[in-house]
Amino acid sequence: MRLSVVDTERCIGCQSCMFACARRLGKGGLAGTCIGVRSIGGMERGFKVVVCRACDDPPCARVCPVGALQVRRGGGVRLDEARCIGCGHCRDACVIGAVFWDDETGKPMICVHCGYCAKFCPHGVLTIERADTTESAAARVGMATGTGGERAEGQESLERALEASNVAHATEKSAEGAGANA
Amino acid sequence: MLRGDPLANVLYIDLSKKKHWVERREDLFEKSIGGAGAAVELLHEECPRGADPFSPENPIVFAVGPLTGLFPLASKTVAMFKSPHTGNLGESHAGGRSAVAIRTAGYGAIVIRGANDIPGYVAIHGSEVHFRDARTLWGMRDSFTVGRIIRENEPAAGLRSIMRIGRAGERLIPYACVTTESYRHFGRLGLGAVFGSKKLKAVVVSGKHSLPVGGGEGAAGAAEYRRVYDQIYQEAVASPVMKKYHDLGTPENVLPLNALGGLPTRNLKDARFEGADRISGEALAEHYLGRRLACSHCPVGCIHIAALREPDENEPYFYKTSMISYDYELIYALGSMLGGSDPEGLLKLIDRIEVYGLDAMSTGVVLAWATEAQERGLVSEDAAGGLRLAWGDYPAYLEAVRRIVEQPNEFYAALARGVEHAASVYGGEDFALAFGGNEMPGYHTGPGAHLGFLVGARHSHLDSAGYSVDQKVLMKRQIPPDELAREILKEERWRQVLSSLVVCFFARGIYSPERTAAALRVAGFEYTADDLKRIGADIHRRKYAFKFREGFSFETLRVPGRIFETPSPAGLLDGQYFQTVVDCVRKDIPAGGP
Repeated sequence: MRLSVVDTERCIGCQSCMFACARRLGKGGLAGTCIGVRSIGGMERGFKVVVCRACDDPPCARVCPVGALQVRRGGGVRLDEARCIGCGHCRDACVIGAVFWDDETGKPMICVHCGYCAKFCPHGVLTIERADTTESAAARVGMATGTGGERAEGQESLERALEASNVAHATEKSAEGAGANA
Repeated sequence: MLRGDPLANVLYIDLSKKKHWVERREDLFEKSIGGAGAAVELLHEECPRGADPFSPENPIVFAVGPLTGLFPLASKTVAMFKSPHTGNLGESHAGGRSAVAIRTAGYGAIVIRGANDIPGYVAIHGSEVHFRDARTLWGMRDSFTVGRIIRENEPAAGLRSIMRIGRAGERLIPYACVTTESYRHFGRLGLGAVFGSKKLKAVVVSGKHSLPVGGGEGAAGAAEYRRVYDQIYQEAVASPVMKKYHDLGTPENVLPLNALGGLPTRNLKDARFEGADRISGEALAEHYLGRRLACSHCPVGCIHIAALREPDENEPYFYKTSMISYDYELIYALGSMLGGSDPEGLLKLIDRIEVYGLDAMSTGVVLAWATEAQERGLVSEDAAGGLRLAWGDYPAYLEAVRRIVEQPNEFYAALARGVEHAASVYGGEDFALAFGGNEMPGYHTGPGAHLGFLVGARHSHLDSAGYSVDQKVLMKRQIPPDELAREILKEERWRQVLSSLVVCFFARGIYSPERTAAALRVAGFEYTADDLKRIGADIHRRKYAFKFREGFSFETLRVPGRIFETPSPAGLLDGQYFQTVVDCVRKDIPAGGP
């Protein structure tokens, strides 16, 4: 599956997609978002929607010196956070700015094309399209846990991605120690 | 609240000393939620009794709430200050990106103290605070240009708010606004002039903090967050009320209010406007709507922007296209109230007021009074510097607005101080339409609306939405004065909770007490619906405590006679009934306060 921007002219700049992306992993705010909506020079001119295009030959992966970005079947990349050294070359290589940065870990955040954001776009700006081959959205989850994405063949379902994210969240919390949210 | 929630961080900025620091204030947010509740406490702490609103000792407080950045439509920032317009409680709300930016910058509230010695602006990027030179921006004619320059000078596009003033704020016009994201405003009660008095051109805020959620441990917490979120979101995108605000926006109300006979027209000499169908939400959408926008984290997107294409006066095939935000209140204040049915004239006047950074409602009511004052011979053409104002004459109104800002003579200097002041100089107080010193909003639906303006803590139609009581109840049957007083107070007290979360009032139907409690649980606040109602009443009392402290009194409230002369949809207003309701409200609000 591949996330796609249908029509930026329909975008009202509500940023619901950005919040959705962060919320997928149970987080509030916008720190964890892999999608960016911003005006193109003042609200009067409308918006641009920055999202990973799932390039067939992704420059971000080509410049990674440690092979932490694996080219995903069907386009785009998935991140092996354990390998990543946080050099930022991938971010510089992406001319549309779709490699987002996690300031807390000092590592990139990469869209896994799960389509959760599209579900929260109230005006049909975003959609999820089927690509020739697909791969599990668990790649992003892998990023969160630092264990690498678990690969699943065939039809990817959003529900499965969410389930996986819950597991990841639980793992995260137990790693941080109990009562982090008390 | 959740341990480590950045909401408890209050950022203090001292403009005089160019210092800033953060204090953890869990006490504030646990007691009063956030937003209006936290802001009124900070105002009590920061503002000395009897402070001159234009002195450095008048603080500016911005506050957001626990749901900001977590739930849809919790998209507003509350500003509090002592109002230079009324000399009393100043409170104004705005959306745009301001609320999410403040919350994700890592703060629940920002307090600005002191004053700049030279024009400056403050840039807050997360934990960094910069005091920037704004001497070059000061005096710039067009506030859009100012926004553009700051946009280019500051980082964090898409994650920031740029709150700025125009010439009106610099010139200390007490009904100057603060504009954010080009089209949203801390409109009422003169925050722009308080900025101006501090030589503060703008406040930029950006952030990218993640926000903690509670609602259970680990995966269960995340799932609960998404469950509560999805309910609110689905209701927001599916409800007919929200669809109405998305389709036509607030101007949807023009035609229904006009049909009822509740649309103030020509300084409320009438309540029906024969030209309403030319400036209705439908007409503006059909001919001019160019774009719709949303505040950050609001899927509704009620902001409607007209594209106005104008030919150059001299050069053929030379056009300029302006993008102009319109809303119901602007159509009322600058359209029907001025007898204006030319949509292009109306849009140009809205644009001019935006450029100067004036409050549109106050400006419209001031112009309406000035037109009638001239009509009645209270103000000569000479006194007005050769200008003759006439209903619907937009070129004259455009010129009058320029003069209100520039103040070339005494008459415009008087207009620049508001309608109540102008009438105290020139007469015509009976048709000077202000309540508690604040120019009236666009509802002549019955006693509920006007009583709401009069006894509301900020003299706003949004305090208690009395127009809603008029339409739902009073148009059908009379109710005893004490019952109306109770209705108004009940609504205003509950709205203190919404404006402490801080939820947009358009979503008040979605954020019921029970659902609000569920959302707050996710944000780490354990309140029952009854707790919330009690807190709402407390906040309302604290606002009134400030008002009484600063000299407010129910006895001296002025009611413009005009509202009793023009029939409303609920009939002709009865002065005796009106006064009895005020007495009932007064009895319910202890003068001393806690």
